[in-house]
Amino acid sequence: MNIEVRLFATLRTGRFKKEVQTFERTVTPKDILDQLDIPIEEVAILLINGRDGQFDTELLDKDVISVFPPVGGG
Amino acid sequence: MKGYNGKILRVNLTKLEYKVEVLDLEMAQKFIGGRGLGTKIFRDEVDANVDALSPENKLLVVTGPLTGTPTPTGGRYMVVTKSPLSGTIASSNSGGYWGAELKFAGYDVIILEGKAAKPTYINIEDDKVEFRDAAHIWGKVVSETSDILMKEIPEKARVMTIGPAGENLSMIAAIMNEKDRAAGRSGVGAVMGSKNLKAITVKGSSKPAIHDEAALKTIFKDCLGKIKENGVTGSGLPTYGTAVLVNIINENGAFPVNNFQESYFDKAEEISGETLSEKHLIKKTACYRCPIACGRHVRIGDGEGGGPEYETIWAFGADCGISDMDQIIKANHMCNEVGIDTISAGATLAAAMELYQRGHVKEEELEGLTLKWGDADSIVEWMRKTGRAEGFGKKLAMGSYRLADSYGVADLSMSVKKLEIPAYDPRGIQGQGLQYATSNRGGCHVRGYLISPEILALPEKLDRLSLEGKPLWAKIFQDLTASIDSLGLCLFTSFALGAPEYADLVNAVCGTSHTADSVLEAGERIWNIERQFNLEAGISPSEDKLPKRLLEEPIPEGPSKGWVHKLSDLLPEYYELRGWNKEGYPTEERLKKLGL
Repeated sequence: MNIEVRLFATLRTGRFKKEVQTFERTVTPKDILDQLDIPIEEVAILLINGRDGQFDTELLDKDVISVFPPVGGG
Repeated sequence: MKGYNGKILRVNLTKLEYKVEVLDLEMAQKFIGGRGLGTKIFRDEVDANVDALSPENKLLVVTGPLTGTPTPTGGRYMVVTKSPLSGTIASSNSGGYWGAELKFAGYDVIILEGKAAKPTYINIEDDKVEFRDAAHIWGKVVSETSDILMKEIPEKARVMTIGPAGENLSMIAAIMNEKDRAAGRSGVGAVMGSKNLKAITVKGSSKPAIHDEAALKTIFKDCLGKIKENGVTGSGLPTYGTAVLVNIINENGAFPVNNFQESYFDKAEEISGETLSEKHLIKKTACYRCPIACGRHVRIGDGEGGGPEYETIWAFGADCGISDMDQIIKANHMCNEVGIDTISAGATLAAAMELYQRGHVKEEELEGLTLKWGDADSIVEWMRKTGRAEGFGKKLAMGSYRLADSYGVADLSMSVKKLEIPAYDPRGIQGQGLQYATSNRGGCHVRGYLISPEILALPEKLDRLSLEGKPLWAKIFQDLTASIDSLGLCLFTSFALGAPEYADLVNAVCGTSHTADSVLEAGERIWNIERQFNLEAGISPSEDKLPKRLLEEPIPEGPSKGWVHKLSDLLPEYYELRGWNKEGYPTEERLKKLGL
């Protein structure tokens, strides 16, 4: 199963912008964030395929998750 | 009452005379200041059906009770007039340092009337008010005008000026201060130009009196802590500026591309806030007493200067299909130099590109430039021509509605009440769409920034595509924003602060007894008086609408694929919550309750 992980703003520091990760088993956004050493408290916006996502949703093959720290403006 | 200076400077440009009048403090308190007080005075004094570019229109520059005080971001001023672009009430806000300086000079409000016989600028040094000849700066761009004026006025005085666009009566002309801060929207620069007024320079020597210094210190510390701890105001905005939104809005599939024909830009990363910080940023900048510092100072070709905001990057970027950040930065700089609103200018250029795409605009009109999606090479020159009203630039200078209408296809203007909609596709963010449709100055994002709950999860996360509860969120955000705009603070404080903090701040400065509820009620009063003006000006509730494309053409690709905006499902509840009748007119009962 392939999941595209997109990181933004400060979450990129020491990590990556975009990466396709392969998993042999079912996986949730929380599993992926744990593996990247990103505490859930540092995540302000989690999108799964561009829609509001939950940390414990079981992801499907080819899902895209976008992860943002608290940022914004206008 | 403290906080206010209690003085209005009334200037008659026809006669080159001025007088200082006493500000009615009871009225000031009821409408707070800035946007609210300005609208109240304007509506009392000016016929709503006035021609916006005639000498009979007035131009008000209004500070708030917190402008120039030691409050976080307390440096803003509001320009209030009738908009030549939309025909609505215009209130256009700017930061920087000019507003605070006007307060130091001893005034709360300047009322500019009539029209000077020849180009003129006004120099204010406390009680001294002078009319000076502006022939030597007429026609000059904003930075050059500012540099010349700085040699003619006291050290550390502040300059507010129009560029060539305002002189040429461009409907999208801005008023600039400190070279790159702008009262940008609604064409207020054209009103200044129509009065032959090139600039106002100001230097003051006294700080406004504070009611309770000790209480203010405590509240300031509390507010500063909240601003620093908040992820958006404490780290997001300082680190990346507003441009950090490029990726956020794009990932949600609500980042309009090619004049809203699409809403997901596959080259967003190239024009993102992350890229701006990594490749172009020299340093961040802050307005008067601002702990956030979202301003960007960037490399511009071989030079440097003010950097583009999110909205500007979108307008010249995705909305024109362009991903060349260098050219976007240069276009932003050119807009600042000629003095035009970057949102309306970029969005009008995008409308022109669609007119070209569909064969309405012909090659021979372009004088060797191009209007092709994604072609960045011409955008800086287009902005120069827009500011100078040269060739096709003269059409661009009238804004997207008049441009598209001149080819018989007004529907290609992505505007509300003729003001261009900014960088959030309402089809993918339903509450924001209701806000655009009902905003009293037309297509504007900062009259009620529902992006905050619908995208940024502040103060809580709402589903951006759901309609549930959105009318109430829109009303509350609109009312609170009207109060913030009237206090003289920056709207960005509202990511971290709420009505209770604003009440505490104004009470400490002015000695008033505001509560969170009364702050919101003042905002509702201001919202309603703006609505009354618009109705009197012939802007009927049928103008509470969105462009046809956004109501009928589903977003073709990306995370918001298939969505249109469902305005008709939201408007009735919104009118009801506002205490307006089903047709959208304020009821006597609600107006009476608000003391109108």
